[in-house]
Amino acid sequence: MPETLPAGVAEAIPPRLRRRSRGLFAGLGGAWVIGLSVLVSLLALLPIAFVIGVSFETGWARLVPLIFRPRVGELLINTLLLVVITIPLCVVLGVALAWLTERTDMPGRRWWSLLATAPLAVPAFVHSYAWVSLVPPIHGLFAAVLVSVIAYFPFLYLPIAASLRRIDPTIEDVAESLGLKPWAVFFRVVLPQLRLAICGGALLVGLHLLAEYGLYAMIRFDTFTTAIFDQFKSTFNGPAAHMLAGVLALCCLAMLTAESAARGNARYARVGSGSPREQRTVRLSAGPTVLALMLQILTCALALGVPLITLGKWLIAGGMQVWQLSELLPALEQTVLLGIGGAILTTLAAIPIAWLSIRSPGRLQRVLESCNYITSSLPGIVVALALVTITIHFARPIYQTTITVLLAYLLMFLPRALVSLRAGIAQAPIELENMARSLGRSPALALWLITLRLAAPGVAAGAALVFLAITNELTATLLLAPNGTRTLATGFWALTSEIDYAAAAPYALLMIILSLPLTGILYHQSKRTAGR
Amino acid sequence: MNALELHSICKSYGTQTALENISLSVPAGSRTVIVGPSGSGKTTLLRMIAGFEFPDSGRLLLNGQTLVDSTHEVPAHQRLIGYVPQDGALFPHMTVAANIGFGLSTRGHEKQERIAELMDSVALDASMASRWPHELSGGQQQRVALARALSQQPRLMLLDEPFSALDTGLRAAMRKLVARLLADAGVTTILVTHDQSEALSFADQLAVMRQGRLVQSGHPLDLYRYPEDEQTALFLGDAVVMPARIEAGWAHCDLGRIPVNNHRNNQCAQIMLRPEQLHLVSIQTSPAEALGCRAVVTERDFSGNTCTLTVELQSHDCAQQPGRSLMVRSSGLYAPPMGSAVHVSMIGHAHVLSEA
Repeated sequence: MPETLPAGVAEAIPPRLRRRSRGLFAGLGGAWVIGLSVLVSLLALLPIAFVIGVSFETGWARLVPLIFRPRVGELLINTLLLVVITIPLCVVLGVALAWLTERTDMPGRRWWSLLATAPLAVPAFVHSYAWVSLVPPIHGLFAAVLVSVIAYFPFLYLPIAASLRRIDPTIEDVAESLGLKPWAVFFRVVLPQLRLAICGGALLVGLHLLAEYGLYAMIRFDTFTTAIFDQFKSTFNGPAAHMLAGVLALCCLAMLTAESAARGNARYARVGSGSPREQRTVRLSAGPTVLALMLQILTCALALGVPLITLGKWLIAGGMQVWQLSELLPALEQTVLLGIGGAILTTLAAIPIAWLSIRSPGRLQRVLESCNYITSSLPGIVVALALVTITIHFARPIYQTTITVLLAYLLMFLPRALVSLRAGIAQAPIELENMARSLGRSPALALWLITLRLAAPGVAAGAALVFLAITNELTATLLLAPNGTRTLATGFWALTSEIDYAAAAPYALLMIILSLPLTGILYHQSKRTAGR
Repeated sequence: MNALELHSICKSYGTQTALENISLSVPAGSRTVIVGPSGSGKTTLLRMIAGFEFPDSGRLLLNGQTLVDSTHEVPAHQRLIGYVPQDGALFPHMTVAANIGFGLSTRGHEKQERIAELMDSVALDASMASRWPHELSGGQQQRVALARALSQQPRLMLLDEPFSALDTGLRAAMRKLVARLLADAGVTTILVTHDQSEALSFADQLAVMRQGRLVQSGHPLDLYRYPEDEQTALFLGDAVVMPARIEAGWAHCDLGRIPVNNHRNNQCAQIMLRPEQLHLVSIQTSPAEALGCRAVVTERDFSGNTCTLTVELQSHDCAQQPGRSLMVRSSGLYAPPMGSAVHVSMIGHAHVLSEA
C-alpha cells in the first residue's frame, strides 16, 4: 500500500498509520483519508490567507491610515464595551439559571431548563426585530447588550448545566466535611469546576457578538461587522472593508487566545470508577423559591415572550395578507435546498477529519482540526469577503453562484458537523470492526454492517445542526448569494429593511419553526455529552 | 501435533519494540496461557494471531497453513480464528441472538436452532435471546461474546483477558465454564492474562512474556518451581531468593545446608524457594539440632485461611548483626505469635536461578 501513496503525503504518515490502514477503508487505505483531510483543511485556511494576502497587497503605507483612524477606534471601543459588558452578564445569568434548574428543588425545574434553551430557536436578528417593533426608540449600547444577553445566554446555560450535572457530588461532601459552609462550597469547589464550561460558553458568545450583523444593524449599534457591511455596500470590495475585516479577524484570534489561556491545562475528569452518585439538591424555602421563579419568569418573558408576542401581534395585524405564498414558498424552498446541500457537503467534508481524530489521533490530525476551528471562529462576513475576493480574482466562473454560498457554509459550519461526527464514529470502536472481521466478514462489509450503522445517528445529528445553522444564516448569504436568491433569512431582512414588519413576520415564524429541532438536538446533546 | 506455530515474530512501533523474536508452538487441543505484566506485548501478539496487526518479520502457521510470512498475509476474516476481547465487544446495535448469529452463514430456522444451541452451551437462558447488550451483566456479556466466537467453529480460540472485568467469585466460575466448554469442543485455545493465578490454573502450557520477549514457556508447575530468573519467579508467586554457595547438589546459605535441584557447581548463585516450602516449628517441641536454623517471628499478616509470616534468621557467626528476613506461609489458625522463637525447616529442594 505505501507504493500507492502520493509523494509528499507518504512522509506525513507515520508507519503505524500505514500499517493500521489495512483494516479500515478496505482497499482504499488511510492515505485517501489523510489526503482528503488535508485538502479540506487547506480550504479552511482560505479566509486567513485572504486577510494576510490583502494586508500585504495593500502595503504598510496605505494600511496605516486605514487602520489607525478615529472610525476604527470608535468601532473598537463599541465592540469592546459590548463584549466586556455582555459576557459577564451572560455568565451570571447562565450560572444562576443552571444552578436553579440543576441543584435546587424549585417547582418545574425540567420545564425551566427546556425554556432556558428555547431562545436559541429564535435567530438573533429576530430578537432585535421584536424589540425594535415593541420599543421603537430603542438603540445604542444599552439595547445591544440587552438583546445580546437575551439571545446568547443559552450558549452559557447549556454547558454550565451539563457540567453541574456531572460534577462528582462526593467532592462537595468532602468539602463540607472539611468545614466549609454551603456558600463556600459553591464558590470554592463548584464554581472552579465550572471553569471549562464557562470559558467555552463565553468564547462562543464572544464570537457571536463579533460576528453578528442583523441584530446590531437593526438597533443601530455599530460594530466591526456592521461597519464592514456598510463599507462593502458603498465601496464594494475596497481595501477599507478588507482592513476592517483584518482587524475583526485579529479580534477573533485574540479572543481564541484569551480563552485558551483562561482555560489553561485544566482537565476536570472524574477520578475513580463506578457510576456517579445522584446530585444533591438544595431545598429552597418559600422566599427564595418565589425569587427563583421570578428570575425564571422574567428571563422567559424577555427571551421568549417578547419575540413571540411581537410576532403574534404582527401576524394578527397583518392577517392573511402577509402570507404571500408566491414569495414565501420559494424562499422556504431555497432555504431548505441550500440547507440540505450545505449539510450534505459539510458532513461529507468533515468525515475524513472526524475519522482521523478518532481512529488515528496524532499531531497531524490536531493541526488539521485546529485549522478548521480557527476559520469557523471567523465571522461570516470575513469568510464572505474572502470568498468574494478570491472568486473574483481566481475563480470567476463560480463568483455569485450557489457553489460559493455552499463553500462559505462549509467553512463556517464544519466544526458543528465535526463534533457530532466524532461522537458518532466514537460509538463504533475499531474493536467492533475487528470482531466482525474475525467472524468472517470482509473489511468492507464490516465497515458497512458495524461502523456505519453505529455512526449513523451522529452523522445525522451533525448534518441536522449544519442544516439548521444555514436556515438562520444571514450575513454571508446576503453577501454571496446569486441575484434572485431569497432565503427565509434574506427575505426577512429585505422586508424589515423596508420597515414592513408585518410582512416579515411569517418569515420569522417559519425560521423559528425550522429551528426548534436545533434546540432539541442541542438540549439532548448537552445531556448526553455531559460526561465529556 | 502443533496447531499454531510462531517463528521469530518481530514488531515495533516507531522506535518502540513491541515484540522481539517470539517463537512459540501451541499443541492442538491444548490451552496455552500467555502471561505477563501490562505492556509486555502479550495483547499485541494475540491481535497478531487474530490478524488485526501484522508483524514486521517472522512467520505464523496454523494447522500447517501459512497465515503470515514475508510474502503474503491472510486477512482476519479468512482465518477462522475466534476472538473474545476483554470487554466482550458485543455489537451494541444488535440483540443477543443477532450478536451470536453474526458469524453464521446459515439462515432461517437452521440459524435459530444453532443460536439456541450455542446459548445453551454457554449456559445462557433462552429468554435472553431478545435482550440488548446493555441489559446484560458483565458475566452474561462475556458468555455471549464466547458463544459468538464459537459460532463459526473456529480452528483456534483467542481470549484476551476475558475474565478481568468480572468480580472475583464470578471469575473463577467463568474460568471453569470456559475451560470445560473449550475442552468439550476440542478447540485449541490461547488465553492472555496478567493474573498469575488465573494463568497457572487455566494453562496446559504457560508462556511468560516480559518487555516484548518470551522469557520462558512450559508446563505451569515446572515454571512455578523452576523459573529461569528472579523476575519470573516473583511474577508467578511469592518467592524467597537468597545468595548461596553451591557444592555437589547442596547449597550453603543463611538457612544452612539445603539440597538443590540442579547439580551445577557454580561457586556462587541465587537460589529460590517458595514460601510454602518453609515450615515453622516451635523451639520447645523440637529442641534437637535438626536441618535448618533458628529464627524469630517479626511480622504477621493474617488473612483467614493462611497467615504470611516474616521471620528473622539468627545468624550463625555474629549475634549482633540482624539476620536475613524470610517470608513463610503458615496456616491461619495455628501460626506462632509475634516475637516467638521458631525453628525453620524446609521441604523439597531449592531451585538455582540462572545468572541474571
